[in-house]
Amino acid sequence: MNNQPATRDTAKAVARFDITQRLVAKLHNEEAVIGGIGHTNFDLWAAGRRPQNFYMLGSMGLAIPIALGVAIAQPQRKVIALEGDGSLLMMLGCLATVGARQPKNLIMVIMDNGAYEITGGQTTASAQGTDLAAVARATGIASAHWAADEAHFETLIDEALATPGPHLIAARLTSAKPAGQTERDPAQIRDRFMRGLGTKK
Amino acid sequence: MTETTWHGIIHATLKAHDVKLVTYVPDNVLRPLIERIHADDFFTAFTCTREEEAVGIVSGAWMGGMRGVVLMQTSGFATLPNVLASLPVPFQIPVLLIVSERGTLGEFNIGQAMVARTMRPVLDSIAMEHHTLSRLDEVEFITDRSIRQAVATQQPACLILSPLLTGGKVFK
Repeated sequence: MNNQPATRDTAKAVARFDITQRLVAKLHNEEAVIGGIGHTNFDLWAAGRRPQNFYMLGSMGLAIPIALGVAIAQPQRKVIALEGDGSLLMMLGCLATVGARQPKNLIMVIMDNGAYEITGGQTTASAQGTDLAAVARATGIASAHWAADEAHFETLIDEALATPGPHLIAARLTSAKPAGQTERDPAQIRDRFMRGLGTKK
Repeated sequence: MTETTWHGIIHATLKAHDVKLVTYVPDNVLRPLIERIHADDFFTAFTCTREEEAVGIVSGAWMGGMRGVVLMQTSGFATLPNVLASLPVPFQIPVLLIVSERGTLGEFNIGQAMVARTMRPVLDSIAMEHHTLSRLDEVEFITDRSIRQAVATQQPACLILSPLLTGGKVFK
Protein backbone atom coordinates (compact mmCIF):
# COMPACT_ATOMS: atom_id res chain seq x y z
CA MET A 1 0.00 0.00 0.00
CA ASN A 2 1.40 3.42 -0.91
CA ASN A 3 0.81 6.64 1.00
CA GLN A 4 -2.22 7.70 -1.00
CA PRO A 5 -5.60 6.96 0.63
CA ALA A 6 -7.39 4.07 -1.04
CA THR A 7 -10.24 4.87 -3.41
CA ARG A 8 -12.97 2.59 -4.70
CA ASP A 9 -10.86 2.14 -7.84
CA THR A 10 -7.64 1.24 -6.02
CA ALA A 11 -9.19 -0.79 -3.19
CA LYS A 12 -8.63 -4.53 -3.44
CA ALA A 13 -11.86 -6.48 -3.82
CA VAL A 14 -12.30 -8.48 -0.62
CA ALA A 15 -14.67 -11.30 0.32
CA ARG A 16 -17.68 -10.21 2.40
CA PHE A 17 -17.74 -13.29 4.64
CA ASP A 18 -14.01 -12.98 5.31
CA ILE A 19 -14.13 -9.33 6.37
CA THR A 20 -17.33 -9.92 8.35
CA GLN A 21 -15.51 -12.63 10.31
CA ARG A 22 -12.53 -10.31 10.81
CA LEU A 23 -14.88 -7.61 12.13
CA VAL A 24 -16.78 -9.94 14.49
CA ALA A 25 -13.49 -11.30 15.88
CA LYS A 26 -12.64 -7.79 17.09
CA LEU A 27 -15.86 -7.28 19.08
CA HIS A 28 -15.04 -7.79 22.75
CA ASN A 29 -17.25 -5.17 24.40
CA GLU A 30 -20.76 -6.30 23.47
CA GLU A 31 -20.85 -3.90 20.53
CA ALA A 32 -24.23 -3.88 18.76
CA VAL A 33 -24.24 -4.86 15.08
CA ILE A 34 -27.14 -4.15 12.71
CA GLY A 35 -27.02 -6.29 9.55
CA GLY A 36 -28.69 -4.74 6.50
CA ILE A 37 -30.94 -6.83 4.28
CA GLY A 38 -29.73 -9.60 2.00
CA HIS A 39 -26.25 -11.00 1.82
CA THR A 40 -24.93 -8.44 4.32
CA ASN A 41 -26.86 -9.96 7.20
CA PHE A 42 -26.61 -13.52 5.84
CA ASP A 43 -22.84 -13.33 6.29
CA LEU A 44 -23.22 -11.68 9.70
CA TRP A 45 -25.41 -14.63 10.70
CA ALA A 46 -22.91 -17.11 9.24
CA ALA A 47 -20.05 -15.41 11.11
CA GLY A 48 -21.54 -16.62 14.38
CA ARG A 49 -24.60 -15.68 16.40
CA ARG A 50 -24.11 -12.95 18.97
CA PRO A 51 -26.92 -11.67 21.23
CA GLN A 52 -25.95 -8.12 20.18
CA ASN A 53 -26.62 -8.79 16.46
CA PHE A 54 -29.81 -7.57 14.78
CA TYR A 55 -30.75 -9.02 11.39
CA MET A 56 -33.08 -7.01 9.16
CA LEU A 57 -35.71 -8.81 7.10
CA GLY A 58 -36.95 -6.00 4.88
CA SER A 59 -37.06 -2.23 5.32
CA MET A 60 -34.24 -1.87 2.77
CA GLY A 61 -31.86 0.96 3.58
CA LEU A 62 -32.55 1.19 7.31
CA ALA A 63 -29.42 -0.44 8.79
CA ILE A 64 -27.82 2.93 9.50
CA PRO A 65 -31.02 4.56 10.88
CA ILE A 66 -31.68 1.56 13.17
CA ALA A 67 -28.06 1.66 14.33
CA LEU A 68 -28.33 5.41 14.93
CA GLY A 69 -31.39 4.81 17.12
CA VAL A 70 -29.53 2.21 19.19
CA ALA A 71 -26.54 4.59 19.40
CA ILE A 72 -28.74 7.42 20.71
CA ALA A 73 -30.40 5.15 23.29
CA GLN A 74 -27.10 3.63 24.47
CA PRO A 75 -24.37 6.26 24.08
CA GLN A 76 -21.81 4.15 26.00
CA ARG A 77 -22.05 1.25 23.54
CA LYS A 78 -20.37 1.18 20.13
CA VAL A 79 -22.96 0.44 17.45
CA ILE A 80 -22.02 -0.88 14.01
CA ALA A 81 -24.23 -0.78 10.91
CA LEU A 82 -23.37 -3.20 8.10
CA GLU A 83 -25.01 -1.95 4.92
CA GLY A 84 -24.81 -2.83 1.24
CA ASP A 85 -24.21 -0.23 -1.46
CA GLY A 86 -27.62 -0.76 -3.07
CA SER A 87 -29.34 -0.37 0.29
CA LEU A 88 -27.41 2.77 1.18
CA LEU A 89 -28.16 4.27 -2.23
CA MET A 90 -31.87 3.83 -1.43
CA MET A 91 -31.51 5.84 1.80
CA LEU A 92 -28.58 8.18 1.06
CA GLY A 93 -30.27 10.89 3.14
CA CYS A 94 -29.49 8.96 6.32
CA LEU A 95 -25.82 9.92 5.87
CA ALA A 96 -26.86 13.58 6.00
CA THR A 97 -28.66 12.90 9.29
CA VAL A 98 -25.57 11.16 10.71
CA GLY A 99 -23.41 14.04 9.47
CA ALA A 100 -25.69 16.50 11.25
CA ARG A 101 -25.93 14.50 14.50
CA GLN A 102 -22.27 13.34 14.69
CA PRO A 103 -22.95 10.31 16.94
CA LYS A 104 -19.62 9.42 18.58
CA ASN A 105 -20.45 5.74 19.02
CA LEU A 106 -21.63 4.93 15.48
CA ILE A 107 -19.56 2.95 12.97
CA MET A 108 -20.87 2.32 9.45
CA VAL A 109 -19.37 -0.45 7.32
CA ILE A 110 -20.39 -0.32 3.67
CA MET A 111 -20.24 -3.59 1.76
CA ASP A 112 -19.89 -2.33 -1.82
CA ASN A 113 -20.05 -5.06 -4.44
CA GLY A 114 -21.34 -2.64 -7.09
CA ALA A 115 -24.42 -4.77 -7.62
CA TYR A 116 -27.89 -5.71 -6.47
CA GLU A 117 -26.44 -9.19 -5.96
CA ILE A 118 -29.43 -10.95 -4.43
CA THR A 119 -31.70 -10.00 -7.35
CA GLY A 120 -29.33 -11.17 -10.07
CA GLY A 121 -26.33 -8.86 -9.95
CA GLN A 122 -27.76 -5.78 -11.63
CA THR A 123 -25.34 -2.84 -11.53
CA THR A 124 -25.64 -0.18 -8.82
CA ALA A 125 -24.70 3.49 -9.20
CA SER A 126 -21.67 2.92 -6.98
CA ALA A 127 -20.17 0.75 -9.74
CA GLN A 128 -20.72 3.66 -12.13
CA GLY A 129 -19.06 6.49 -10.24
CA THR A 130 -20.77 7.18 -6.92
CA ASP A 131 -18.09 7.04 -4.22
CA LEU A 132 -20.02 6.34 -1.01
CA ALA A 133 -17.12 7.31 1.27
CA ALA A 134 -16.88 10.64 -0.55
CA VAL A 135 -20.66 11.12 -0.17
CA ALA A 136 -20.26 10.52 3.56
CA ARG A 137 -17.42 13.05 3.80
CA ALA A 138 -19.58 15.60 1.98
CA THR A 139 -22.21 15.31 4.72
CA GLY A 140 -19.67 16.08 7.44
CA ILE A 141 -18.61 12.53 8.35
CA ALA A 142 -14.88 13.33 8.36
CA SER A 143 -13.73 9.80 9.14
CA ALA A 144 -14.83 7.99 5.97
CA HIS A 145 -12.33 5.70 4.30
CA TRP A 146 -11.95 2.95 1.73
CA ALA A 147 -10.28 -0.20 2.98
CA ALA A 148 -7.28 -0.84 0.71
CA ASP A 149 -7.23 -4.56 1.55
CA GLU A 150 -8.08 -6.99 4.36
CA ALA A 151 -5.28 -5.81 6.67
CA HIS A 152 -6.21 -2.17 6.17
CA PHE A 153 -9.86 -3.04 6.85
CA GLU A 154 -8.77 -4.46 10.21
CA THR A 155 -6.72 -1.35 10.95
CA LEU A 156 -9.69 0.90 10.16
CA ILE A 157 -11.97 -1.20 12.39
CA ASP A 158 -9.43 -1.03 15.23
CA GLU A 159 -9.26 2.76 14.89
CA ALA A 160 -13.04 3.10 14.71
CA LEU A 161 -13.50 0.99 17.85
CA ALA A 162 -10.86 2.99 19.72
CA THR A 163 -11.75 6.58 18.76
CA PRO A 164 -14.89 8.75 18.77
CA GLY A 165 -16.91 8.64 15.54
CA PRO A 166 -18.91 8.70 13.50
CA HIS A 167 -16.78 6.46 11.30
CA LEU A 168 -17.56 5.06 7.87
CA ILE A 169 -15.50 2.25 6.39
CA ALA A 170 -16.20 1.22 2.81
CA ALA A 171 -15.01 -2.09 1.43
CA ARG A 172 -15.10 -3.10 -2.24
CA LEU A 173 -16.26 -6.68 -2.49
CA THR A 174 -15.86 -9.65 -4.75
CA SER A 175 -19.12 -11.21 -5.93
CA ALA A 176 -18.77 -14.20 -3.57
CA LYS A 177 -22.00 -15.86 -2.45
CA PRO A 178 -22.98 -15.59 1.23
CA ALA A 179 -21.84 -18.33 3.60
CA GLY A 180 -25.26 -18.91 5.12
CA GLN A 181 -28.81 -17.65 5.37
CA THR A 182 -30.44 -15.90 8.31
CA GLU A 183 -33.33 -17.66 10.05
CA ARG A 184 -36.35 -15.45 9.38
CA ASP A 185 -37.99 -15.18 12.79
CA PRO A 186 -38.35 -11.45 13.46
CA ALA A 187 -39.89 -11.61 16.94
CA GLN A 188 -37.11 -13.92 18.12
CA ILE A 189 -34.42 -11.75 16.47
CA ARG A 190 -35.75 -8.66 18.26
CA ASP A 191 -36.15 -10.45 21.59
CA ARG A 192 -32.61 -11.87 21.55
CA PHE A 193 -31.19 -8.50 20.50
CA MET A 194 -32.94 -6.68 23.36
CA ARG A 195 -31.66 -9.23 25.87
CA GLY A 196 -28.20 -8.81 24.34
CA LEU A 197 -28.45 -5.06 24.90
CA GLY A 198 -29.74 -5.52 28.43
CA THR A 199 -33.05 -3.82 27.72
CA LYS A 200 -35.08 -6.97 28.34
CA LYS A 201 -34.52 -9.37 31.22
CA MET B 1 -53.56 18.20 33.57
CA THR B 2 -53.54 21.97 33.09
CA GLU B 3 -52.73 22.03 29.38
CA THR B 4 -55.53 23.39 27.22
CA THR B 5 -54.16 23.01 23.68
CA TRP B 6 -53.85 19.77 21.67
CA HIS B 7 -50.09 20.25 21.38
CA GLY B 8 -49.73 21.02 25.09
CA ILE B 9 -51.63 17.86 26.01
CA ILE B 10 -49.65 15.66 23.61
CA HIS B 11 -46.37 17.15 24.82
CA ALA B 12 -47.26 16.45 28.45
CA THR B 13 -48.57 12.95 27.71
CA LEU B 14 -45.43 11.93 25.79
CA LYS B 15 -43.36 13.15 28.70
CA ALA B 16 -45.51 11.34 31.25
CA HIS B 17 -44.80 8.10 29.38
CA ASP B 18 -41.06 8.79 29.10
CA VAL B 19 -41.23 9.09 25.29
CA LYS B 20 -37.93 10.94 24.85
CA LEU B 21 -36.91 10.59 21.23
CA VAL B 22 -38.80 12.57 18.59
CA THR B 23 -37.84 12.14 14.94
CA TYR B 24 -39.81 13.98 12.31
CA VAL B 25 -40.22 15.36 8.84
CA PRO B 26 -41.64 18.85 9.42
CA ASP B 27 -45.22 19.92 8.89
CA ASN B 28 -46.80 23.32 9.35
CA VAL B 29 -49.74 22.08 11.42
CA LEU B 30 -47.35 20.21 13.75
CA ARG B 31 -45.22 23.31 14.26
CA PRO B 32 -46.51 24.24 17.73
CA LEU B 33 -45.89 20.67 18.96
CA ILE B 34 -42.42 20.58 17.36
CA GLU B 35 -41.53 23.96 18.89
CA ARG B 36 -42.65 22.86 22.35
CA ILE B 37 -40.62 19.67 22.10
CA HIS B 38 -37.48 21.49 20.97
CA ALA B 39 -37.89 23.96 23.86
CA ASP B 40 -37.92 21.09 26.39
CA ASP B 41 -34.55 19.53 27.27
CA PHE B 42 -36.32 16.32 28.24
CA PHE B 43 -36.58 15.41 24.55
CA THR B 44 -34.01 14.50 21.92
CA ALA B 45 -35.64 15.81 18.74
CA PHE B 46 -34.38 16.20 15.18
CA THR B 47 -35.47 16.23 11.56
CA CYS B 48 -34.91 13.27 9.25
CA THR B 49 -34.66 13.25 5.47
CA ARG B 50 -37.49 10.73 5.07
CA GLU B 51 -40.20 9.27 7.29
CA GLU B 52 -38.80 5.75 6.71
CA GLU B 53 -35.51 6.83 8.22
CA ALA B 54 -37.35 8.35 11.20
CA VAL B 55 -39.17 5.04 11.83
CA GLY B 56 -35.86 3.15 11.63
CA ILE B 57 -34.25 5.42 14.21
CA VAL B 58 -37.16 5.12 16.67
CA SER B 59 -37.21 1.33 16.16
CA GLY B 60 -33.52 1.09 17.02
CA ALA B 61 -33.92 3.36 20.01
CA TRP B 62 -36.77 1.20 21.40
CA MET B 63 -34.58 -1.89 21.22
CA GLY B 64 -31.87 0.12 22.98
CA GLY B 65 -34.26 1.07 25.77
CA MET B 66 -35.49 4.52 24.75
CA ARG B 67 -39.09 5.27 23.77
CA GLY B 68 -39.77 7.41 20.72
CA VAL B 69 -42.37 8.91 18.42
CA VAL B 70 -42.32 9.86 14.73
CA LEU B 71 -44.12 13.01 13.57
CA MET B 72 -45.20 13.52 9.96
CA GLN B 73 -48.00 14.63 7.67
CA THR B 74 -50.29 12.40 5.63
CA SER B 75 -48.15 12.38 2.48
CA GLY B 76 -45.22 11.25 4.61
CA PHE B 77 -47.23 8.37 6.01
CA ALA B 78 -47.89 7.28 2.42
CA THR B 79 -44.16 6.54 2.01
CA LEU B 80 -44.20 4.07 4.91
CA PRO B 81 -46.14 0.87 4.11
CA ASN B 82 -43.08 -1.24 3.26
CA VAL B 83 -41.18 -0.16 6.36
CA LEU B 84 -44.13 -0.63 8.71
CA ALA B 85 -44.91 -4.07 7.28
CA SER B 86 -41.28 -5.23 7.47
CA LEU B 87 -39.95 -3.60 10.65
CA PRO B 88 -42.20 -2.52 13.57
CA VAL B 89 -45.14 -4.84 12.80
CA PRO B 90 -43.32 -8.19 12.33
CA PHE B 91 -40.52 -7.42 14.80
CA GLN B 92 -43.12 -6.26 17.37
CA ILE B 93 -41.65 -2.83 18.04
CA PRO B 94 -44.04 -0.23 19.52
CA VAL B 95 -43.20 2.73 17.29
CA LEU B 96 -45.69 5.55 17.83
CA LEU B 97 -46.66 7.64 14.79
CA ILE B 98 -48.41 11.01 15.01
CA VAL B 99 -49.74 12.12 11.65
CA SER B 100 -51.09 15.57 10.87
CA GLU B 101 -53.99 14.86 8.57
CA ARG B 102 -54.08 16.67 5.28
CA GLY B 103 -56.21 15.94 2.25
CA THR B 104 -59.64 16.38 3.80
CA LEU B 105 -61.97 19.03 5.28
CA GLY B 106 -60.89 21.90 3.07
CA GLU B 107 -57.86 20.52 1.22
CA PHE B 108 -56.80 22.66 -1.75
CA ASN B 109 -54.26 20.27 -3.32
CA ILE B 110 -55.80 17.30 -5.17
CA GLY B 111 -52.59 15.33 -4.78
CA GLN B 112 -52.85 15.59 -0.99
CA ALA B 113 -56.53 14.64 -1.12
CA MET B 114 -55.81 11.44 -3.08
CA VAL B 115 -52.83 10.42 -0.96
CA ALA B 116 -54.89 10.89 2.21
CA ARG B 117 -57.40 8.25 1.06
CA THR B 118 -54.68 5.60 1.18
CA MET B 119 -53.80 6.13 4.84
CA ARG B 120 -56.51 4.33 6.81
CA PRO B 121 -56.80 1.40 4.35
CA VAL B 122 -53.03 0.86 4.72
CA LEU B 123 -53.26 0.96 8.52
CA ASP B 124 -56.20 -1.45 8.48
CA SER B 125 -54.54 -3.83 6.03
CA ILE B 126 -51.48 -4.29 8.27
CA ALA B 127 -53.71 -4.46 11.37
CA MET B 128 -52.05 -1.44 12.92
CA GLU B 129 -53.96 0.23 15.76
CA HIS B 130 -54.98 3.77 14.83
CA HIS B 131 -57.18 6.50 16.23
CA THR B 132 -58.23 9.87 14.88
CA LEU B 133 -58.05 12.76 17.34
CA SER B 134 -60.78 15.24 16.51
CA ARG B 135 -61.87 16.54 19.95
CA LEU B 136 -59.72 18.37 22.47
CA ASP B 137 -61.36 16.61 25.43
CA GLU B 138 -60.32 13.20 24.02
CA VAL B 139 -56.68 13.97 23.23
CA GLU B 140 -55.22 12.98 26.59
CA PHE B 141 -57.24 9.77 26.95
CA ILE B 142 -56.54 8.50 23.43
CA THR B 143 -52.85 9.43 23.50
CA ASP B 144 -52.30 7.99 26.98
CA ARG B 145 -54.15 4.73 26.29
CA SER B 146 -52.56 4.30 22.85
CA ILE B 147 -49.05 4.55 24.28
CA ARG B 148 -49.91 2.14 27.10
CA GLN B 149 -51.37 -0.40 24.69
CA ALA B 150 -48.51 -0.10 22.18
CA VAL B 151 -45.91 -0.77 24.86
CA ALA B 152 -47.90 -3.54 26.57
CA THR B 153 -48.68 -5.39 23.33
CA GLN B 154 -45.37 -4.57 21.59
CA GLN B 155 -47.18 -3.23 18.54
CA PRO B 156 -46.89 0.10 16.70
CA ALA B 157 -49.74 2.60 16.82
CA CYS B 158 -50.78 5.65 14.82
CA LEU B 159 -52.56 8.78 16.01
CA ILE B 160 -54.11 10.91 13.29
CA LEU B 161 -54.64 14.60 14.09
CA SER B 162 -57.82 15.69 12.32
CA PRO B 163 -58.28 19.27 11.06
CA LEU B 164 -61.28 19.27 13.44
CA LEU B 165 -58.71 19.31 16.24
CA THR B 166 -55.85 21.32 14.75
CA GLY B 167 -57.62 23.63 12.32
CA GLY B 168 -55.61 22.02 9.53
CA LYS B 169 -54.09 23.97 6.69
CA VAL B 170 -56.36 26.12 4.56
CA PHE B 171 -55.96 27.95 1.25
CA LYS B 172 -55.58 31.68 1.69
